Amino acid sequence: MRPARRLRRVALTGAGVAVAAFFVAPYVVMLLDALKPAAELRASPPHVLPRAWQPGNFLDVVRDPVFRSALRVSVTVALVSTLLAVAAAIPAAYHTARRRFRGRSAFLFLVLVTQMFSPTTLVVGLYREFFQLGLVNTSAALILTNAAFNLAFAVWILRAFFASIPRELEEAAEVDGCSRLGALLRVVLPLARPAIVTAAIFAFIAAWNEYIVALTLMTDADMKPITVALTSYVTAYVQHWNLLFAASILAIVPVIVLFALIEPYLVSGLTAGSVK
Amino acid sequence: MSRYSITGLYQGAVGALNYRRLFEQEALPTVVANTLVWVVAVVGLTVVISLVLAQLLDASFPGRRVVRWAVIVPWAASLIITAKLFVWIYDYYFGALNHVVTALRLTAEPVDWLGNDATVMGAMIGVGVFVSLPFTTYVLLAGLATIPGDVYEAARLDGASAWQTYRSVTLPLLGPALLVATVLNLIYVFNSFPIVWTLNDRNPGFGHDTMVTYMYKVAFKSALRDVGLAAAVGVLNLVLVLLAVLLYLRTVRWQDAEA
Repeated sequence: MRPARRLRRVALTGAGVAVAAFFVAPYVVMLLDALKPAAELRASPPHVLPRAWQPGNFLDVVRDPVFRSALRVSVTVALVSTLLAVAAAIPAAYHTARRRFRGRSAFLFLVLVTQMFSPTTLVVGLYREFFQLGLVNTSAALILTNAAFNLAFAVWILRAFFASIPRELEEAAEVDGCSRLGALLRVVLPLARPAIVTAAIFAFIAAWNEYIVALTLMTDADMKPITVALTSYVTAYVQHWNLLFAASILAIVPVIVLFALIEPYLVSGLTAGSVK
Repeated sequence: MSRYSITGLYQGAVGALNYRRLFEQEALPTVVANTLVWVVAVVGLTVVISLVLAQLLDASFPGRRVVRWAVIVPWAASLIITAKLFVWIYDYYFGALNHVVTALRLTAEPVDWLGNDATVMGAMIGVGVFVSLPFTTYVLLAGLATIPGDVYEAARLDGASAWQTYRSVTLPLLGPALLVATVLNLIYVFNSFPIVWTLNDRNPGFGHDTMVTYMYKVAFKSALRDVGLAAAVGVLNLVLVLLAVLLYLRTVRWQDAEA
């Protein structure tokens, strides 16, 4: 049994390394390109490693006021819209998972239909709406749009997990004197933690990478989020590919950091032995 | 919702003319066929590979956290950037893929992945799967995390093999997560624009377009420059997505009733 278990560990670790390399490799190429001087990117034949390492590219991007304000806007929009979407989705998902009511499937399907429109087609209407509300060029416009876009996913995934949590657990809590809300807060939510974390990651990444609505609604230079600001490094007039790559790498970092912070909550294991 | 009113306005003046013209377009059967191949291949491969990946990321081994961070990277990077990166990787002269393929002597000559009619769809599907894997894997991983440990214990006590346990315990309990992952993938892959747009950039005509890129080309890029016709393509696309999702939901529910 012992050697078999060790073999399993080695095999799993090997597979893990291979998987990690597979997913990261293309971005390592991008990182290396970001460390090259501009002229080397057009070298023929190309070489993988930079001849003259130029880490200053990253400093250039970090010092760039456009990048700084873009980072501020993106972080605000992604964080607040994620909180909004998850907070609004929890009651909707709980209700549709636990109560049967007329039009429940219709409601869930309608929520799903909102995902079927590509955002491109919604841009004109959204612009008119936010113009009337006087919200063009404010973070609030992007926060509301992103929260609404990501609500459907949050409702669907939370509903799936609420439905899979045994009802007996809540009943037990109610027998012990918990209110319905207390049972939701103290029993269901802790158990659904992996789903809440997944919904939050999804909402954050989607808001972080949203492009078309931001491009349309945010016309002031200092209100553009990162996705829109990135494109200013390569235009018809200037082609700073190395800076674009450096900024793209930097734009991935906050997502990975957030993920590293909440990843431990992805593991629940709490349900083990909860129903006998 | 506003979409109905906008397309409604377009339709108001010309009636069903745009729809009639849409079905007269020579490219339409090709584009619809491309879309179906693209959606079925990307969603199918993604779900199957993600089931394996989720199982791996759920098992405990040293360095699992780092592997989990790595898997999230393609999801964290913006799609346009990833698509551009893959144009570079597939490049005929300088691309990493041709270096690997010729070094391993899989082909004698380098392959023009994005210029050859036989390989361009496969190349695009590869990137589609690559960027869809993280999302799908994490939904399934969250699903695995909520399966109580004692059901596995029970299966072990009953003497079930690993494969039997997976088939009759894990997979059914993973059902809700699998449903969410597949339905949302179906929608996102149907509406995915950047990958096909960027990788199919140099090919003329509509030979490798999906509905979404076809719609954009009809409106802004081709000789047609026809917003009305593009709107008709958009509506047809929406109908196809709806049908696909309904079909999938019905199949799944029907299977649930059988089990």
